[in-house]
Amino acid sequence: MTTTDPTETAGATRPGAPAERVSKIGDKVFGGLAKGAGILILLTLAAVAIFLIVEAWPTFTDDLSEISGPDTFLGYVGPLIFGTILAAMIALLIATPMAVAVALFISHYAPTRLARTLGYFVDLLAAIPSVVFGIWGISVLAPILAESVYPWLEDNLGFLPFFAGPASTSGRTMLTAGIVLAVMILPIITAISREVFLQTPRLHEEASLALGATKWEMIKQAVLPYGRSGVISGAMLGLGRALGETMAVAIILSGSIDYFWDLISNQNSNTIAANIALAFPESSGLEVNRLIATGLVLFAITFLVNALARKIANAGFSGADG
Amino acid sequence: MSLGTTSTPTPTPSPTTSDLTSGQLSPRHIGLIAIGSVVAGALTWIPAGAVNWARWIIVSVLTYIVATYVISRIVEDSRKATDRVVAAVVTSAFLIVMLPLVSVIWTVVERGSARFDSTFFTETMRLTPEDMATQNEGGAVGGAYHAIIGTLIVTGLATAFSVPFGLFTAIYLVEYGKGKLARGITSMVDVMTGIPSIVAGLFAYALFELFFGPGTRTGLAGGVALTVLMTPVVVRSSEEMLRLVPNELREASYALGVPKWKTIVKVVMPTAIAGILTGVTLAIARVIGETAPLLVTVGLAQDTNYSPFDGRMTTLPVYTYYQYVQPGIPTEAGQDRAWAAAFALVLIVAILFTIARVLAKVLKPKGLR
Repeated sequence: MTTTDPTETAGATRPGAPAERVSKIGDKVFGGLAKGAGILILLTLAAVAIFLIVEAWPTFTDDLSEISGPDTFLGYVGPLIFGTILAAMIALLIATPMAVAVALFISHYAPTRLARTLGYFVDLLAAIPSVVFGIWGISVLAPILAESVYPWLEDNLGFLPFFAGPASTSGRTMLTAGIVLAVMILPIITAISREVFLQTPRLHEEASLALGATKWEMIKQAVLPYGRSGVISGAMLGLGRALGETMAVAIILSGSIDYFWDLISNQNSNTIAANIALAFPESSGLEVNRLIATGLVLFAITFLVNALARKIANAGFSGADG
Repeated sequence: MSLGTTSTPTPTPSPTTSDLTSGQLSPRHIGLIAIGSVVAGALTWIPAGAVNWARWIIVSVLTYIVATYVISRIVEDSRKATDRVVAAVVTSAFLIVMLPLVSVIWTVVERGSARFDSTFFTETMRLTPEDMATQNEGGAVGGAYHAIIGTLIVTGLATAFSVPFGLFTAIYLVEYGKGKLARGITSMVDVMTGIPSIVAGLFAYALFELFFGPGTRTGLAGGVALTVLMTPVVVRSSEEMLRLVPNELREASYALGVPKWKTIVKVVMPTAIAGILTGVTLAIARVIGETAPLLVTVGLAQDTNYSPFDGRMTTLPVYTYYQYVQPGIPTEAGQDRAWAAAFALVLIVAILFTIARVLAKVLKPKGLR
């Protein structure tokens, strides 16, 4: 299988007229297949957009007052966008600093052998299905938070609109959903940050240390500037994942179509993805069209976030050089 | 409470201490500070009699960080103290992050093992009245055989579609692609990577609804949804691996008169095969746990459905979801099944990861790197 020696392979093809014709046809067929697959990618993406728009279209032309919920599409999708962004923001605010710290620990603090195992472990965690995180969140995390964190937040930080309360006793709140999302996107941001931290030029690090910097000063001078764009694009990728995350939120949150700033009460805004998953099995007709239209909105939001992430990633390393 | 720990780690100059290490904290001292902080955190809930995990962790971490700073400030200098605080913060952050992640795995194994038995892997959810009676008495009935079959069929379809699709695209991008088309494909693959899984599900649903009428739910639709999610992952990893193949190998092959396609099939691919297979395995691991797209495209069935073209089927992630949120009566029976299914899922993902690792090692071409 692992023949890398070209002389062996060349032995299979003898020069001569018939072989040459075969190889020409072969080249055409093979090249055509490859090109076709590439074009099919473009077609698939176009198909995704077209089919979603076609299926979403009736939402904008038909009378929405015939089905339950707000009379306008904006009235329906607005609170969902709000909930989606709120949950994703909570996740991002918690996960990013934690992920940077963990990535630094793995890349610069942990012993090398331990670091390799930890890296493997973190990658594995990134692949754990979201439904598993969801049932863990509602049966393990939510009770702990409802018992020992939310009452404290309500008593001590209740003057903030986020923690006004009354605190949920079941723990099925926006904050719980945000924390579970944070746990889920942490491995992703960690994996990308670790990668860029490890790519810091060794000479930068050694130059810093040779000038008498402590480990932290070295990290501040050499590692963080080098890894900054990588960390930001990792965080944006995590944000994209958090925006589109469905099952964990659907299981934990008991949301409704309205705006709620309170993060620890029983009343919560739902997210687009979770709302689709919860409502889809029981929907029919125009309701399905409306759900697909919200899916289109979600697609647009994640598209923008990912485009921004790529732009930042492509801007690349500009810290220490420039 | 933190002050109680200060007396222990302060280094007292002894005859064995050399000048080079005096006035510095050793790892042993840091360890003592850490232990002291955990004890100090424990003191906050012992009077109340009940374990308050959140408070224990928060107090311990804060004590550890503050104590490290104060002690280092006294014994060493302010730069060293900042350095140690960062080390303390990074280490604590790592340990705090590990808590929920270890807890997820621990919970899944602990609760999942209750129903991780042979019945679970051989029976479906088509329960006879006798089964219901047994269940009411607390017996173990019902399983996920149909869900496992469904997952194998749907994931198998997705793999069968997306591996050739993704691999040929990668070959085009690396070996043939130049100019606008290649750039366009690359950026579209990026866009595809970011499609939320539920949107991929909606696409497959919309596609099949247009052709087969509203409410169509089949295994094939699920396979198409997963293909949309899996293909960009395959393209990305294969592309990366093909680019690692040194150009000298291609040139040597061309120089011997080997046509381009044969060079790709016989020289480039075998060299990159380890990485490609690893990437495919990881891509399978990623989509095998997808729930949302299958929820809207494949639905749920009580019994085994071997045909991906005809009607609903159950897949393991969707099974987990429904057994948990609609466990029936008694609740424990359904939830135990949900946890067992979650355990099976995590186990499958872990096994796929191990396979990927072994593949990467076994098939690694000799002489490269």
